[in-house]
Amino acid sequence: MFYREAGDFSTTYAEDQQTFPIKFDRYRYYVVLFIAIVVVPFFINDYWANSLLLPFLIYAIAALGLNILVGYCGQVSLGTGGFMAVGAYSCYKFMTGVDIWWGGELLFRLPEFNIFFSVIMGGLMTALVGVLFGLPSLRIKGFYLAVATLAAQFFLVWLFNRVSWFYNYSASGQINAPERDLFGVLITGPSTEPWATYLFCLFFTIVCAVIARNMTRGSAGRKWMAIRDMDIAAEIIGVNPLRAKLTAFMVSSFFVGISGALFFAVYLGAVEVGEAFGIQKSFLVLFMIIIGGLGSIFGSFAGAAFLVLLPVALKVVGVDWFGWPTDIVAHLNLVIVGGLIIVFLIAEPHGIAQLWRVAKEKLRLWPFPH
Amino acid sequence: MKYKLGTAAIAAIMAAGPVMADLVFPSLSYRTGPYAAGGIPFADGYADYFTMLNARDGGIGGVMTRVVECETGYNTEKGVECYESTKGEGSLVYQPLSTGITYQLIPKTTADGIPMHTMGYGRTSAANGDVFSHTFNYPANYWNGASGAINYLLEQNGGDLNGKKIALVYHNSAYGKEPIRTLTELSAKHGFEFKEVPVDHPGQEQKSQWLQIRRDKPDYVIMYGWGVMNQVAVQEAANIRFPMENFIGIWWSGSENDVLAAGDAADGYKALTFHGVGDDFPVFDDIQKHVVDAGNAAGAGDQIGTVLYNRGLYAAMLAAEAVKTAQEIHGVAEITPAQMRDGMEALSITEEKMAALGLPNFGPTFDVSCENHGGTGLVGMTQWDATAKEWTLISDFAPSDMDVIGPLIEEDSAAYAAENNIEGNCG
Amino acid sequence: MNEQLAFTIEVFANGLMAGVLYALVALGFVLIYKASGIFNYAQGVMALFAAMTLVGIQNGQVPFAHLINAIFGTDVHKFGWSVHSFAAILLTVIVMIALAWAVQRFVFRHLVGQEPIILFMATIGLAYFLEGVADLMWGSELKALNVCASEGNCLPQGMNVWLEGTTYEALGYGFFIDNLDIVASIVAAILVIGLVMFAQYTKQGRAMRAVADDHQAALSVGVSLNFIWVLVWSLAGFVALVAGIMWGAKSGVQFSLSLIALKALPVLMLGGFTSIPGAIVGGLIIGVGEKLFEFLIGAPYLGGATENWFAYMLALLFLVFRPQGLFGEKIIERV
Repeated sequence: MFYREAGDFSTTYAEDQQTFPIKFDRYRYYVVLFIAIVVVPFFINDYWANSLLLPFLIYAIAALGLNILVGYCGQVSLGTGGFMAVGAYSCYKFMTGVDIWWGGELLFRLPEFNIFFSVIMGGLMTALVGVLFGLPSLRIKGFYLAVATLAAQFFLVWLFNRVSWFYNYSASGQINAPERDLFGVLITGPSTEPWATYLFCLFFTIVCAVIARNMTRGSAGRKWMAIRDMDIAAEIIGVNPLRAKLTAFMVSSFFVGISGALFFAVYLGAVEVGEAFGIQKSFLVLFMIIIGGLGSIFGSFAGAAFLVLLPVALKVVGVDWFGWPTDIVAHLNLVIVGGLIIVFLIAEPHGIAQLWRVAKEKLRLWPFPH
Repeated sequence: MKYKLGTAAIAAIMAAGPVMADLVFPSLSYRTGPYAAGGIPFADGYADYFTMLNARDGGIGGVMTRVVECETGYNTEKGVECYESTKGEGSLVYQPLSTGITYQLIPKTTADGIPMHTMGYGRTSAANGDVFSHTFNYPANYWNGASGAINYLLEQNGGDLNGKKIALVYHNSAYGKEPIRTLTELSAKHGFEFKEVPVDHPGQEQKSQWLQIRRDKPDYVIMYGWGVMNQVAVQEAANIRFPMENFIGIWWSGSENDVLAAGDAADGYKALTFHGVGDDFPVFDDIQKHVVDAGNAAGAGDQIGTVLYNRGLYAAMLAAEAVKTAQEIHGVAEITPAQMRDGMEALSITEEKMAALGLPNFGPTFDVSCENHGGTGLVGMTQWDATAKEWTLISDFAPSDMDVIGPLIEEDSAAYAAENNIEGNCG
Repeated sequence: MNEQLAFTIEVFANGLMAGVLYALVALGFVLIYKASGIFNYAQGVMALFAAMTLVGIQNGQVPFAHLINAIFGTDVHKFGWSVHSFAAILLTVIVMIALAWAVQRFVFRHLVGQEPIILFMATIGLAYFLEGVADLMWGSELKALNVCASEGNCLPQGMNVWLEGTTYEALGYGFFIDNLDIVASIVAAILVIGLVMFAQYTKQGRAMRAVADDHQAALSVGVSLNFIWVLVWSLAGFVALVAGIMWGAKSGVQFSLSLIALKALPVLMLGGFTSIPGAIVGGLIIGVGEKLFEFLIGAPYLGGATENWFAYMLALLFLVFRPQGLFGEKIIERV
């Protein structure tokens, strides 16, 4: 019934290769985009923006980035929190004007970047750092690599805590996003309108998703997947493992850096590195992509939604509807999330994305499955 | 300031919203997560005091109070969610209870026109009300604490710390680094040698830090720790036979939780405080009668009289007094957050007031003003008695060195004002 | 004796001791990884769960008291008795075995033959679940942990006076070693010897090694995989209990106990995921390395608090030269 391909005829290669070859699917995608871009901004309020949509969008970008590395290239990384911190601190430095010192003297100070370019710079700097910490991946594999990326995580957090240049020598050691606007509309700071911050993050999310989708089905993505499936075999058929792994680290870190920058500048507005970008964040993003589905763009979104929205939903149900004590709800929350992860895995080990694929397949035949 | 849009929007919501029938006090508690041990008693004390006011006095000024609890788990993101979900309920004052959430909420609460009270934590320079219009941190802040500890040591040493060695063991985060500036200034002023010893989060393993201390043999150790770091530090200090009476913790390192695990070894350990300890105050009889016996206690009821319970109760008391002040100023019983802010700014805590509330000498006396949101910065010293298993106040609430702290507050708040184009509220 | 040298030796010795404590946590990981190829993220939470259960039983707490009170409006907290430490440890071991059985029966039996990352994911779910259950069961407030053989005869803590006195007389500098660390080292040694003996000389132990070698071959000669996995998880649960006791004695039992897993990860990668001696040697190298670095370079020149990242950097350095860890099985790759 739904999702059937009958009547869809591709007459060009472009049509055949498109992301959503089935017409129904394509329209559904347009409807979702339309609602997200045009409808939601009119109804959004502070609560929806700050508690649900902004974290969802930002984590979705981080999950996309990590999914490229883990899901497509097979390099397990637990340094996401540290890389997000690089994005956040670079964004902060570029927002407030980078000051370069040499021998105790101020050499020069870059002009303050526009918030849009600050976020982009956050991504670029993270890409650089990501490549650096990706180098060990050429020797180390599997879980050993995962633990090796933890070195990046702990070192980066320590560095941002230690070197006061990164937080402009403020007494508190925290970084605060000053008020910045884009075309006269405030994007950071306390007086922002929810629709503005939402659209700003949505823009980055959509662009990142489109880039990720197109990279992963292009030649770069196929090289990554070859490396993931068996790196020695990939090398024999002519994939350069050095370049493939490092580009994966680079692209992945770029996305993660963008999400870190948005996380700091737009969502929280003030962060302290140890708390906001600690090891928990690395695990959280990894959980998202595994629950959502490794090697799936949709999975990144689904996983982010699962781990951002579900706890809030459970809290609302438990505390606001049933009036239970908050601590019991918080504990039950853990039990339910943990239980659901296990149930999901038993039912479908390849994550929500696979469930979605199966559901689509069922819907295609529905209501006549035979 | 560019806050007009935000306040206008809030005003519109306020006008359109239903008439609020009670005084709402959100409690951003953390009964779960790594710091749950500290969060539970505070949240219990905060809630129990308001429950008691409702049962005994019928609320404040005839209006019932309502505590809206929201679990943050000490996590900034959950804190944001809690703030957004409770601010629409007419919340009068926020107690964010975490440095991260505080920094987060300082600009937001200011834009939304809701006051915030960060008692003994948060951003120290918020004491400058001229810059931080909606943030209050009376009666004492971290820099008062550092200076209070030094003053206490001065007193112990006959006013002279020249040539002494003082080490600071601190949680390697924004919170732990707070006192460094103050202590550096004070070391220059009083001529003692100052050494920093950072401990990385979470602080379960502190062998090398305490071996350093064993090697350097400082005369005194001051600690700014939190969570598991406190228990381990007290234990390790006892292990290296560091004289416990020369070991002073900030108030977040000075609850029963922090010393019970070490047992008898912790005897004599000292901690700063800005409120009374123990349950030897008349108000606890009322709490027992109206709250615990009535079966309305927020927790299991076994936390009453512990340091952190008292702190929660003290925070609730200050909030309730600010409401009373606001009611007097504006002549209405059902106050708004804006009126609450005025009440907090005009708050005056006197001995008589505390005695009348059943809390004689429970905390320092202080007055809040537009310029000074930090109170007088009086801090006291408590000591742990491991056999009786209780903290005792061993000094008066003594003033800290405002000559040193004042300029530091001025400098830091000026930097914030410049960064955020704040021109001054007290003009 | 040269002062600086004396301090360095002292730090070295204490690093060894800390390393033993890390190794205790790492052992649990190795056991499970070796037998079933599961990287058990929940090991830290298991230590927390075990320690909380132990204290709860000792103090006669009613399990799920808070939840029961909230649902039924009752006011129960304690049974009003206290259990002797040995009995409590025994009961906790039984709980951990039950947990192992449940984990095997309800989770991993359904996931046989899945990829490692999926098994890893399942242990993450398990970690969430256990953390929630532990808090619901025993409450999340801090509890002091005392394991006592008899009244007043508990786990020792504090400086070993004898050692300090002897070294002071002999060398002019009294060395500091924590009594608890000495106990922990002895317990760890017994544990490792016991595990090795068990694996070498008992029928179950041989079956365990067979499973570790090759699942299918073991199955074909009649080894019950289910039984072996329950056995391995029980052993890991027991190791978690020991680690929980040793760490909990110092800091009290609270949520942070679950974070000790992070201390074990560099040990694991240095020693190799599959080697019990590797866990011990790795622990010692990490313990000594991070303490010496902090003492000689970190604190004087880098502002301190370098231990966390240095442990990982050190392990990373070793891995660059031996990608499978010091004692790990050599990775043979074929196309």
